[in-house]
Amino acid sequence: MYAQMVKTDSARVKTLDEMDPVERAFQERVDAGQKIEPKEWMPEGYRKTLMRQISQHAHSEIVGQLPEGNWITRAPTLERKAILLAKVQDEAGHGLYLYCAAETLGISRDEMYEQLHSGKAKYSSIFNYPTLSWADIGAIGWLVDGAAIMNQVPLQRCSYGPYARAMVRICKEESFHQRQGFDILMKMVKGTPAQKEMVQDALNRWWWPSLMMFGPSDDASVHSAQSMSWKIKQNSNDELRQKFVDQTVPQAEYLGLTVPDPDLKWNVEKGGYDFGEPDWTEFFAVIAGNGPCNAERLGARQRAWSDGAWFRDGLVAHADKMKSRRAAAQVAAE
Amino acid sequence: MSSEWPLWEVFIRGQHGLNHRHVGSLHAPDAEMAVNNARDVYTRRNEGVSIWVVRSSDITASAPSEKGPLFDPSNSKVYRHPTFFDIPDEVGHM
Repeated sequence: MYAQMVKTDSARVKTLDEMDPVERAFQERVDAGQKIEPKEWMPEGYRKTLMRQISQHAHSEIVGQLPEGNWITRAPTLERKAILLAKVQDEAGHGLYLYCAAETLGISRDEMYEQLHSGKAKYSSIFNYPTLSWADIGAIGWLVDGAAIMNQVPLQRCSYGPYARAMVRICKEESFHQRQGFDILMKMVKGTPAQKEMVQDALNRWWWPSLMMFGPSDDASVHSAQSMSWKIKQNSNDELRQKFVDQTVPQAEYLGLTVPDPDLKWNVEKGGYDFGEPDWTEFFAVIAGNGPCNAERLGARQRAWSDGAWFRDGLVAHADKMKSRRAAAQVAAE
Repeated sequence: MSSEWPLWEVFIRGQHGLNHRHVGSLHAPDAEMAVNNARDVYTRRNEGVSIWVVRSSDITASAPSEKGPLFDPSNSKVYRHPTFFDIPDEVGHM
Protein backbone atom coordinates (compact mmCIF):
# COMPACT_ATOMS: atom_id res chain seq x y z
CA MET A 1 0.00 0.00 0.00
CA TYR A 2 1.15 3.57 0.54
CA ALA A 3 2.86 1.93 3.50
CA GLN A 4 4.17 -1.47 2.46
CA MET A 5 5.59 -4.25 4.61
CA VAL A 6 5.83 -2.23 7.80
CA LYS A 7 7.82 -4.08 10.47
CA THR A 8 6.64 -4.20 14.09
CA ASP A 9 9.68 -5.46 16.08
CA SER A 10 7.48 -8.30 17.40
CA ALA A 11 8.57 -11.91 17.28
CA ARG A 12 5.00 -12.95 17.99
CA VAL A 13 1.78 -11.44 19.28
CA LYS A 14 1.47 -11.56 23.07
CA THR A 15 -1.71 -12.79 24.71
CA LEU A 16 -3.42 -10.58 27.29
CA ASP A 17 -2.22 -12.88 30.08
CA GLU A 18 1.40 -12.42 29.07
CA MET A 19 1.22 -8.63 29.28
CA ASP A 20 2.07 -6.56 32.33
CA PRO A 21 -0.89 -4.60 33.76
CA VAL A 22 -0.09 -1.36 31.90
CA GLU A 23 0.24 -3.02 28.53
CA ARG A 24 -2.82 -5.12 29.17
CA ALA A 25 -4.87 -2.03 30.00
CA PHE A 26 -3.63 -0.49 26.75
CA GLN A 27 -4.55 -3.56 24.71
CA GLU A 28 -7.98 -3.74 26.31
CA ARG A 29 -8.63 -0.13 25.35
CA VAL A 30 -7.60 -0.89 21.78
CA ASP A 31 -9.80 -4.00 21.76
CA ALA A 32 -12.72 -1.90 23.02
CA GLY A 33 -12.26 0.42 20.04
CA GLN A 34 -10.96 3.37 22.05
CA LYS A 35 -8.58 5.81 20.40
CA ILE A 36 -5.05 6.18 21.72
CA GLU A 37 -3.86 9.81 21.91
CA PRO A 38 -0.33 11.22 21.65
CA LYS A 39 0.71 11.67 25.27
CA GLU A 40 -0.86 8.49 26.58
CA TRP A 41 1.17 5.43 27.46
CA MET A 42 1.73 3.06 24.55
CA PRO A 43 4.04 0.09 23.99
CA GLU A 44 7.32 1.10 22.39
CA GLY A 45 6.67 -1.30 19.50
CA TYR A 46 3.30 0.32 18.82
CA ARG A 47 4.87 3.77 18.76
CA LYS A 48 7.72 2.73 16.48
CA THR A 49 5.51 0.78 14.10
CA LEU A 50 3.13 3.70 13.73
CA MET A 51 6.04 6.05 13.23
CA ARG A 52 7.32 3.86 10.39
CA GLN A 53 3.91 3.39 8.85
CA ILE A 54 2.76 7.01 9.04
CA SER A 55 6.06 8.46 7.85
CA GLN A 56 6.19 5.98 4.97
CA HIS A 57 2.63 6.94 4.11
CA ALA A 58 3.56 10.64 4.24
CA HIS A 59 6.65 10.13 2.05
CA SER A 60 4.46 8.32 -0.48
CA GLU A 61 2.09 11.27 -0.71
CA ILE A 62 5.00 13.65 -1.25
CA VAL A 63 6.89 11.51 -3.77
CA GLY A 64 3.54 10.70 -5.38
CA GLN A 65 3.37 14.28 -6.62
CA LEU A 66 6.32 13.72 -8.93
CA PRO A 67 4.92 11.30 -11.56
CA GLU A 68 1.85 13.51 -11.97
CA GLY A 69 3.78 16.77 -11.78
CA ASN A 70 5.43 15.54 -14.97
CA TRP A 71 2.20 16.31 -16.87
CA ILE A 72 1.08 19.61 -15.33
CA THR A 73 2.76 21.63 -18.08
CA ARG A 74 1.48 19.27 -20.76
CA ALA A 75 -2.15 18.76 -19.74
CA PRO A 76 -4.35 18.83 -22.87
CA THR A 77 -6.61 21.71 -21.75
CA LEU A 78 -6.48 24.56 -19.27
CA GLU A 79 -9.26 22.91 -17.25
CA ARG A 80 -7.41 19.58 -17.06
CA LYS A 81 -4.31 21.47 -16.00
CA ALA A 82 -6.16 23.29 -13.20
CA ILE A 83 -7.68 19.99 -12.03
CA LEU A 84 -4.33 18.22 -12.05
CA LEU A 85 -2.72 21.10 -10.15
CA ALA A 86 -5.46 20.85 -7.50
CA LYS A 87 -4.95 17.11 -7.27
CA VAL A 88 -1.20 17.37 -6.88
CA GLN A 89 -1.68 20.12 -4.30
CA ASP A 90 -3.98 17.77 -2.38
CA GLU A 91 -1.19 15.17 -2.32
CA ALA A 92 1.12 17.73 -0.72
CA GLY A 93 -1.61 18.44 1.82
CA HIS A 94 -2.02 14.73 2.57
CA GLY A 95 1.70 14.45 3.14
CA LEU A 96 1.55 17.36 5.58
CA TYR A 97 -1.39 15.95 7.58
CA LEU A 98 0.50 12.69 7.89
CA TYR A 99 3.85 14.21 8.83
CA CYS A 100 2.05 16.07 11.62
CA ALA A 101 0.44 12.85 12.82
CA ALA A 102 3.85 11.13 12.85
CA GLU A 103 5.41 14.04 14.75
CA THR A 104 3.01 13.45 17.64
CA LEU A 105 4.89 10.17 18.20
CA GLY A 106 8.15 11.98 18.92
CA ILE A 107 9.99 12.24 15.61
CA SER A 108 10.79 15.62 14.08
CA ARG A 109 9.88 16.72 10.57
CA ASP A 110 13.55 17.19 9.66
CA GLU A 111 14.38 13.69 10.88
CA MET A 112 11.70 12.27 8.62
CA TYR A 113 12.94 14.27 5.64
CA GLU A 114 16.44 13.10 6.37
CA GLN A 115 15.25 9.48 6.41
CA LEU A 116 13.53 9.95 3.06
CA HIS A 117 16.41 11.78 1.40
CA SER A 118 19.03 9.34 2.63
CA GLY A 119 17.00 6.41 1.32
CA LYS A 120 16.59 4.98 4.81
CA ALA A 121 12.82 5.39 4.77
CA LYS A 122 10.69 3.85 2.04
CA TYR A 123 7.78 5.16 0.05
CA SER A 124 5.28 3.19 -2.01
CA SER A 125 6.74 1.12 -4.86
CA ILE A 126 4.11 2.49 -7.25
CA PHE A 127 5.73 5.90 -7.60
CA ASN A 128 8.85 4.45 -9.15
CA TYR A 129 7.14 3.91 -12.49
CA PRO A 130 7.23 6.51 -15.28
CA THR A 131 4.25 8.51 -16.61
CA LEU A 132 4.72 8.19 -20.36
CA SER A 133 1.46 9.57 -21.74
CA TRP A 134 -1.54 11.66 -20.64
CA ALA A 135 -3.47 8.41 -20.24
CA ASP A 136 -1.08 7.54 -17.39
CA ILE A 137 -2.48 10.47 -15.42
CA GLY A 138 -5.95 9.00 -15.85
CA ALA A 139 -4.70 5.53 -14.93
CA ILE A 140 -2.99 6.81 -11.77
CA GLY A 141 -6.14 8.51 -10.53
CA TRP A 142 -8.32 5.52 -11.35
CA LEU A 143 -6.03 2.67 -10.26
CA VAL A 144 -3.44 4.07 -7.86
CA ASP A 145 -5.80 6.37 -5.98
CA GLY A 146 -8.44 3.64 -6.21
CA ALA A 147 -6.07 1.18 -4.52
CA ALA A 148 -5.13 3.82 -1.96
CA ILE A 149 -8.79 4.35 -1.07
CA MET A 150 -9.19 0.60 -0.47
CA ASN A 151 -6.49 0.82 2.16
CA GLN A 152 -7.27 4.23 3.60
CA VAL A 153 -10.98 3.80 4.26
CA PRO A 154 -10.38 1.15 6.97
CA LEU A 155 -7.46 3.22 8.33
CA GLN A 156 -10.01 5.85 9.40
CA ARG A 157 -10.84 3.41 12.21
CA CYS A 158 -7.18 3.00 13.20
CA SER A 159 -6.55 2.94 16.96
CA TYR A 160 -4.19 5.92 16.91
CA GLY A 161 -6.27 9.13 17.04
CA PRO A 162 -4.07 11.53 15.02
CA TYR A 163 -3.59 8.98 12.22
CA ALA A 164 -7.29 8.10 12.10
CA ARG A 165 -8.26 11.79 11.94
CA ALA A 166 -5.74 12.49 9.17
CA MET A 167 -7.24 9.58 7.23
CA VAL A 168 -10.75 11.04 7.54
CA ARG A 169 -9.61 14.25 5.86
CA ILE A 170 -7.63 12.36 3.24
CA CYS A 171 -10.46 9.99 2.33
CA LYS A 172 -12.81 12.92 1.73
CA GLU A 173 -10.38 14.24 -0.88
CA GLU A 174 -9.31 10.95 -2.49
CA SER A 175 -12.65 10.38 -4.11
CA PHE A 176 -12.08 13.47 -6.27
CA HIS A 177 -8.71 12.02 -7.30
CA GLN A 178 -10.12 8.72 -8.44
CA ARG A 179 -13.02 10.28 -10.32
CA GLN A 180 -10.85 12.82 -12.13
CA GLY A 181 -8.66 9.93 -13.33
CA PHE A 182 -11.59 7.89 -14.53
CA ASP A 183 -13.01 10.98 -16.23
CA ILE A 184 -9.78 11.45 -18.20
CA LEU A 185 -9.98 7.85 -19.40
CA MET A 186 -13.70 8.01 -20.26
CA LYS A 187 -12.93 10.96 -22.50
CA MET A 188 -9.95 9.28 -24.14
CA VAL A 189 -11.64 5.94 -24.90
CA LYS A 190 -14.31 7.89 -26.80
CA GLY A 191 -11.60 9.59 -28.82
CA THR A 192 -9.54 8.38 -31.77
CA PRO A 193 -8.34 4.76 -32.00
CA ALA A 194 -4.85 6.04 -31.16
CA GLN A 195 -6.17 7.67 -27.96
CA LYS A 196 -7.99 4.51 -26.97
CA GLU A 197 -4.80 2.57 -27.60
CA MET A 198 -2.96 4.96 -25.24
CA VAL A 199 -5.46 4.11 -22.51
CA GLN A 200 -5.06 0.37 -23.04
CA ASP A 201 -1.29 0.80 -22.96
CA ALA A 202 -1.52 2.74 -19.69
CA LEU A 203 -3.68 0.00 -18.15
CA ASN A 204 -1.21 -2.64 -19.35
CA ARG A 205 1.64 -0.87 -17.59
CA TRP A 206 -0.19 0.21 -14.38
CA TRP A 207 -2.33 -2.86 -13.65
CA TRP A 208 0.31 -5.09 -12.06
CA PRO A 209 2.16 -2.35 -10.18
CA SER A 210 -1.25 -1.31 -8.76
CA LEU A 211 -1.90 -4.84 -7.49
CA MET A 212 1.60 -4.84 -5.97
CA MET A 213 0.72 -1.75 -3.95
CA PHE A 214 -1.09 -3.99 -1.45
CA GLY A 215 2.15 -5.89 -0.81
CA PRO A 216 2.78 -9.63 -0.91
CA SER A 217 0.42 -12.01 0.87
CA ASP A 218 0.80 -11.40 4.61
CA ASP A 219 -1.46 -14.10 6.03
CA ALA A 220 1.54 -15.76 7.69
CA SER A 221 3.27 -12.51 8.71
CA VAL A 222 3.80 -11.83 12.40
CA HIS A 223 4.10 -8.11 11.65
CA SER A 224 0.71 -8.13 10.02
CA ALA A 225 -0.83 -10.08 12.94
CA GLN A 226 0.73 -7.65 15.42
CA SER A 227 -0.46 -4.60 13.47
CA MET A 228 -3.95 -6.07 13.33
CA SER A 229 -4.04 -6.74 17.07
CA TRP A 230 -3.02 -3.10 17.62
CA LYS A 231 -5.70 -2.04 15.13
CA ILE A 232 -3.31 -0.12 12.95
CA LYS A 233 -4.14 -2.51 10.15
CA GLN A 234 -7.63 -3.86 9.61
CA ASN A 235 -7.49 -6.14 6.58
CA SER A 236 -4.96 -8.55 5.13
CA ASN A 237 -3.16 -7.55 1.94
CA ASP A 238 -4.90 -10.31 -0.01
CA GLU A 239 -8.34 -9.23 1.20
CA LEU A 240 -7.78 -5.68 0.02
CA ARG A 241 -6.28 -6.82 -3.29
CA GLN A 242 -9.31 -9.03 -3.93
CA LYS A 243 -11.67 -6.15 -3.17
CA PHE A 244 -9.73 -3.90 -5.50
CA VAL A 245 -9.83 -6.38 -8.38
CA ASP A 246 -13.54 -7.03 -7.87
CA GLN A 247 -14.27 -3.33 -7.92
CA THR A 248 -11.98 -2.38 -10.79
CA VAL A 249 -12.54 -5.07 -13.43
CA PRO A 250 -16.14 -3.99 -14.20
CA GLN A 251 -14.88 -0.40 -14.53
CA ALA A 252 -12.27 -1.56 -17.05
CA GLU A 253 -15.03 -3.34 -18.95
CA TYR A 254 -17.09 -0.16 -18.96
CA LEU A 255 -14.16 1.61 -20.58
CA GLY A 256 -13.93 -1.20 -23.15
CA LEU A 257 -10.44 -2.17 -21.97
CA THR A 258 -8.80 -5.56 -21.51
CA VAL A 259 -7.20 -6.24 -18.14
CA PRO A 260 -3.74 -7.64 -18.91
CA ASP A 261 -4.17 -10.87 -16.95
CA PRO A 262 -4.85 -14.15 -18.81
CA ASP A 263 -5.84 -15.80 -15.51
CA LEU A 264 -8.55 -13.27 -14.72
CA LYS A 265 -11.86 -15.12 -14.44
CA TRP A 266 -15.11 -14.62 -12.52
CA ASN A 267 -15.47 -17.24 -9.80
CA VAL A 268 -19.15 -17.79 -9.11
CA GLU A 269 -18.52 -19.75 -5.93
CA LYS A 270 -16.49 -17.11 -4.16
CA GLY A 271 -18.42 -14.25 -5.75
CA GLY A 272 -15.20 -12.59 -6.86
CA TYR A 273 -12.54 -12.75 -9.52
CA ASP A 274 -9.70 -15.23 -9.67
CA PHE A 275 -6.58 -13.51 -10.90
CA GLY A 276 -2.89 -14.08 -11.55
CA GLU A 277 0.02 -13.48 -9.22
CA PRO A 278 1.95 -10.21 -9.60
CA ASP A 279 5.67 -10.51 -10.31
CA TRP A 280 7.01 -10.27 -6.77
CA THR A 281 10.61 -10.33 -7.99
CA GLU A 282 9.91 -7.02 -9.69
CA PHE A 283 8.21 -5.72 -6.55
CA PHE A 284 11.19 -6.50 -4.32
CA ALA A 285 13.58 -5.00 -6.87
CA VAL A 286 11.56 -1.75 -6.88
CA ILE A 287 11.38 -1.69 -3.08
CA ALA A 288 15.15 -2.23 -2.94
CA GLY A 289 15.67 0.89 -5.06
CA ASN A 290 16.00 -0.68 -8.49
CA GLY A 291 12.71 0.31 -10.11
CA PRO A 292 12.60 2.31 -13.35
CA CYS A 293 12.44 5.71 -11.62
CA ASN A 294 13.78 5.27 -8.05
CA ALA A 295 16.91 7.33 -8.64
CA GLU A 296 14.99 10.05 -10.48
CA ARG A 297 12.33 10.37 -7.77
CA LEU A 298 14.76 10.47 -4.87
CA GLY A 299 17.02 12.85 -6.81
CA ALA A 300 14.09 15.22 -7.38
CA ARG A 301 13.24 15.21 -3.65
CA GLN A 302 16.85 15.79 -2.62
CA ARG A 303 17.19 18.65 -5.10
CA ALA A 304 13.92 20.24 -3.96
CA TRP A 305 15.19 20.14 -0.37
CA SER A 306 18.66 21.51 -1.02
CA ASP A 307 17.52 24.08 -3.63
CA GLY A 308 14.91 25.35 -1.17
CA ALA A 309 17.36 25.74 1.72
CA TRP A 310 18.11 29.45 1.01
CA PHE A 311 14.39 30.19 0.91
CA ARG A 312 13.61 28.39 4.16
CA ASP A 313 16.55 30.13 5.82
CA GLY A 314 15.43 33.46 4.39
CA LEU A 315 11.98 33.09 5.93
CA VAL A 316 13.52 32.27 9.30
CA ALA A 317 15.85 35.30 9.04
CA HIS A 318 12.85 37.51 8.21
CA ALA A 319 10.87 36.10 11.13
CA ASP A 320 13.82 36.73 13.47
CA LYS A 321 14.26 40.27 12.19
CA MET A 322 10.59 41.11 12.65
CA LYS A 323 10.69 39.66 16.14
CA SER A 324 13.65 41.76 17.20
CA ARG A 325 12.09 44.87 15.59
CA ARG A 326 8.90 44.30 17.53
CA ALA A 327 10.92 43.86 20.71
CA ALA A 328 12.86 47.06 20.01
CA ALA A 329 9.65 48.99 19.30
CA GLN A 330 8.21 47.79 22.56
CA VAL A 331 11.27 48.90 24.49
CA ALA A 332 11.12 52.31 22.79
CA ALA A 333 7.43 52.66 23.64
CA GLU A 334 8.10 51.96 27.29
CA MET B 1 19.68 24.03 7.14
CA SER B 2 19.90 25.99 10.37
CA SER B 3 16.80 25.32 12.40
CA GLU B 4 13.46 23.63 11.99
CA TRP B 5 10.44 25.90 11.71
CA PRO B 6 8.33 25.90 14.84
CA LEU B 7 5.08 23.95 15.04
CA TRP B 8 1.73 25.78 15.03
CA GLU B 9 -1.70 24.45 15.93
CA VAL B 10 -4.42 25.48 13.52
CA PHE B 11 -8.01 26.35 14.45
CA ILE B 12 -10.66 26.99 11.82
CA ARG B 13 -14.11 28.53 12.11
CA GLY B 14 -16.48 26.71 9.77
CA GLN B 15 -19.15 28.45 7.72
CA HIS B 16 -22.01 28.26 10.15
CA GLY B 17 -21.27 30.49 13.12
CA LEU B 18 -19.48 27.72 14.99
CA ASN B 19 -16.54 27.92 17.34
CA HIS B 20 -13.03 27.77 15.99
CA ARG B 21 -12.11 24.12 16.02
CA HIS B 22 -8.71 22.45 16.09
CA VAL B 23 -8.01 20.90 12.69
CA GLY B 24 -4.33 20.02 12.83
CA SER B 25 -0.89 21.54 12.91
CA LEU B 26 1.84 22.73 10.61
CA HIS B 27 5.33 24.20 10.54
CA ALA B 28 5.96 27.84 9.65
CA PRO B 29 8.68 30.40 10.41
CA ASP B 30 6.24 32.97 11.83
CA ALA B 31 2.57 33.59 12.57
CA GLU B 32 1.86 35.28 9.25
CA MET B 33 3.27 32.38 7.25
CA ALA B 34 1.44 29.96 9.52
CA VAL B 35 -1.87 31.60 8.56
CA ASN B 36 -0.91 31.51 4.88
CA ASN B 37 0.09 27.86 5.07
CA ALA B 38 -3.02 26.97 7.07
CA ARG B 39 -5.12 28.49 4.29
CA ASP B 40 -3.45 26.16 1.77
CA VAL B 41 -3.29 23.06 3.92
CA TYR B 42 -6.62 23.15 5.75
CA THR B 43 -9.09 25.23 3.73
CA ARG B 44 -8.73 24.11 0.11
CA ARG B 45 -12.45 23.32 -0.03
CA ASN B 46 -14.17 26.22 1.73
CA GLU B 47 -13.75 24.62 5.13
CA GLY B 48 -13.58 27.92 6.92
CA VAL B 49 -14.17 31.64 7.21
CA SER B 50 -11.53 32.37 9.84
CA ILE B 51 -8.19 30.92 10.95
CA TRP B 52 -6.38 31.03 14.29
CA VAL B 53 -2.84 29.80 14.68
CA VAL B 54 -1.08 29.26 18.03
CA ARG B 55 2.47 28.17 18.68
CA SER B 56 2.22 24.57 19.90
CA SER B 57 4.77 25.35 22.60
CA ASP B 58 2.37 27.99 24.00
CA ILE B 59 -0.37 25.46 24.68
CA THR B 60 -0.75 24.05 28.17
CA ALA B 61 -2.49 20.69 28.18
CA SER B 62 -3.83 18.51 30.94
CA ALA B 63 -1.90 15.27 31.34
CA PRO B 64 -3.60 11.97 30.49
CA SER B 65 -2.81 10.81 34.04
CA GLU B 66 -4.89 13.68 35.44
CA LYS B 67 -7.99 12.39 33.68
CA GLY B 68 -9.42 10.80 36.82
CA PRO B 69 -8.93 13.67 39.28
CA LEU B 70 -10.11 16.22 36.69
CA PHE B 71 -13.17 14.58 35.24
CA ASP B 72 -14.39 11.85 37.57
CA PRO B 73 -15.99 14.27 40.09
CA SER B 74 -18.63 15.30 37.55
CA ASN B 75 -19.75 11.70 37.06
CA SER B 76 -21.67 11.67 40.33
CA LYS B 77 -23.47 14.95 39.65
CA VAL B 78 -26.22 13.68 37.40
CA TYR B 79 -28.55 16.39 38.70
CA ARG B 80 -26.68 18.79 36.41
CA HIS B 81 -28.57 17.26 33.51
CA PRO B 82 -32.19 18.36 32.97
CA THR B 83 -33.30 14.75 32.47
CA PHE B 84 -32.57 14.15 36.19
CA PHE B 85 -35.87 15.87 37.03
CA ASP B 86 -39.20 14.25 36.27
CA ILE B 87 -41.74 16.83 35.21
CA PRO B 88 -45.33 15.50 35.07
CA ASP B 89 -46.86 15.29 31.60
CA GLU B 90 -49.69 17.66 32.52
CA VAL B 91 -47.16 20.45 33.07
CA GLY B 92 -46.36 20.30 29.37
CA HIS B 93 -43.11 21.21 27.69
CA MET B 94 -40.42 22.61 29.97
